[in-house]
Amino acid sequence: MKKLLTTLYITMPDAYLALKGENVSIIKDDESIGRVPLHNLEGICTFGRQGASPALMAACIERDIAITFLTTNGRLRGRVIGPSNGNVVLRKTQYRISDDEKKSAEIARHFLVGKLYNSKWTLERMTRDHGLRIDVEKFKKTSTYLTESMNQLMSIDDLEILRGVEGNAASAYFSLMDDMILQQKEDFFFKGRNRRPPLDNVNALLSLIYTLLATDVGAALEAVGLDAYVGFLHRDRPGRMSLALDMMEELRSVCADRFVLSLINKKQVQASDFVKKESGAVLMTDEARKKIFELWHNKKDEKITHPFLKEKISWGLVPHAQAMLLARFLRGDLDAYPAFFWK
Amino acid sequence: MTDYDASEFLLLSGIQHFQFCERQWALIHIEQEWEENVLTIEGSHLHEKADDPFIREKRKDVLYVRGLPIHSSKMGLTGICDVVEFHQDENGVPLQGEKGRYLPIPVEYKRGKPKKDQSDILQLVAQAICLEDMLYCPVPSGALYYHEIRRRVEIEITEELKAQVRETAKRMHDYYRRRHTPRVKTGKHCKSCSLRHICLPELLTKESVASYMKRMMAE
Ligand code: SF4
Repeated sequence: MKKLLTTLYITMPDAYLALKGENVSIIKDDESIGRVPLHNLEGICTFGRQGASPALMAACIERDIAITFLTTNGRLRGRVIGPSNGNVVLRKTQYRISDDEKKSAEIARHFLVGKLYNSKWTLERMTRDHGLRIDVEKFKKTSTYLTESMNQLMSIDDLEILRGVEGNAASAYFSLMDDMILQQKEDFFFKGRNRRPPLDNVNALLSLIYTLLATDVGAALEAVGLDAYVGFLHRDRPGRMSLALDMMEELRSVCADRFVLSLINKKQVQASDFVKKESGAVLMTDEARKKIFELWHNKKDEKITHPFLKEKISWGLVPHAQAMLLARFLRGDLDAYPAFFWK
Repeated sequence: MTDYDASEFLLLSGIQHFQFCERQWALIHIEQEWEENVLTIEGSHLHEKADDPFIREKRKDVLYVRGLPIHSSKMGLTGICDVVEFHQDENGVPLQGEKGRYLPIPVEYKRGKPKKDQSDILQLVAQAICLEDMLYCPVPSGALYYHEIRRRVEIEITEELKAQVRETAKRMHDYYRRRHTPRVKTGKHCKSCSLRHICLPELLTKESVASYMKRMMAE
């Protein structure tokens, strides 16, 4: 399997990125405050108003390093990627399937089955590890409901119906999110998903981590030659990485939600990491973001056994493994797309 | 059969990939998936030579031409010969700017040592066919020079080998036209394949996705 390369996250406002020899040089107030060699990077992700020099962009394009520009809230502003990313043959197959609702549904169904399975096992894990602190019966009931919905999905070949079943299951799962917060309850609570802007600390965390995950999944898809913007479950919308969002469905709970919960439950984030604006929007401090990126990175280094490949890989390579498997399916080498199952 | 248009030409060097593994060839030449940029490296390698194209060097009765671009419209292949030796020979053809008649002998330089499979030989035979088509003269032999053992191996260009190359080129064009990437056929060659992490040959031995999904969901 591919080697796990690093994504460099730049969070400091007003830092400018330039090329210095074989390094990215991070410049602030006309002074270089850090350097990172390009050779083990696979991506650079910047939050805020920073820019990057054309020379750096050219060097990254040559080395297949994607540069992603995000707003401080994690909204995608644009990406710079090299030309060798696309695989025309594969993409045409992808587009053909994307235009075909029935065929799209077959793939979308597996993304969603993966999602419900992983959500279910996130709940099961909670009952096992923290059975004394949570209402086990409530968790078990929802878990059973998720299993039923998951089985139901397998016989549906209509995108709208799939979305309906998934939507109900997702809200059942999210209704337990607040119960899974076991520490710092006065500062961290979950009353429902809100974004743009996030209105509480938990939503601010979720938005940030979903963005990181989406960027990783998008990069993995592009790296195997697929078009991250053309999806099966999520329909095309200009500027939206629909396929990345599709594939993210299976990874949300295990990669993102669990990570957010552990940040809170292990007290790796505190109330002081968040700032509430007059508008009600919750922002995160730069230091907090920096800390979270580091932890996110450590998390990506942890190893798991891929359920289908039966190979030990790091968490950070799961998006790549899934992207490759999807490509394998589109090439006709697999009978279906194998969802990523975690438990 | 009609000739191929230049825009349809495939890389002659692909014969080696095709011989090694048809799927690998398709991944590289149709899907343009390559590890370590096989083609880029090849390109720059060619480039070096293209910097001094048609270096002609005459020693006694032999004219040495390096980096000679060749193609065959009949086979639809294009490539570059490392070296073509033009030997003075009555059975040969006249060459522009030279006195007498010449027979070409393509020589391909290889970094390693002779391979067990036929890929080097077939590549050389393809070059020979190109030369025949371009010069309208017979190319009865060629040579492979292996750097690691510093030895030159003479190869007779037989009708059987030529037929095999033509057949291979036809299959390559057929796959290319259909944009067809053959399924995995695993073998020892997968161990040394630079595309194995894209190809994932191990998957072949895995259970079907349908049964995997069923099994996992039952847990
Ligand atoms: S891994 Fe094996 S089957 Fe796949 S391209 Fe390489 S040699 Fe061919």
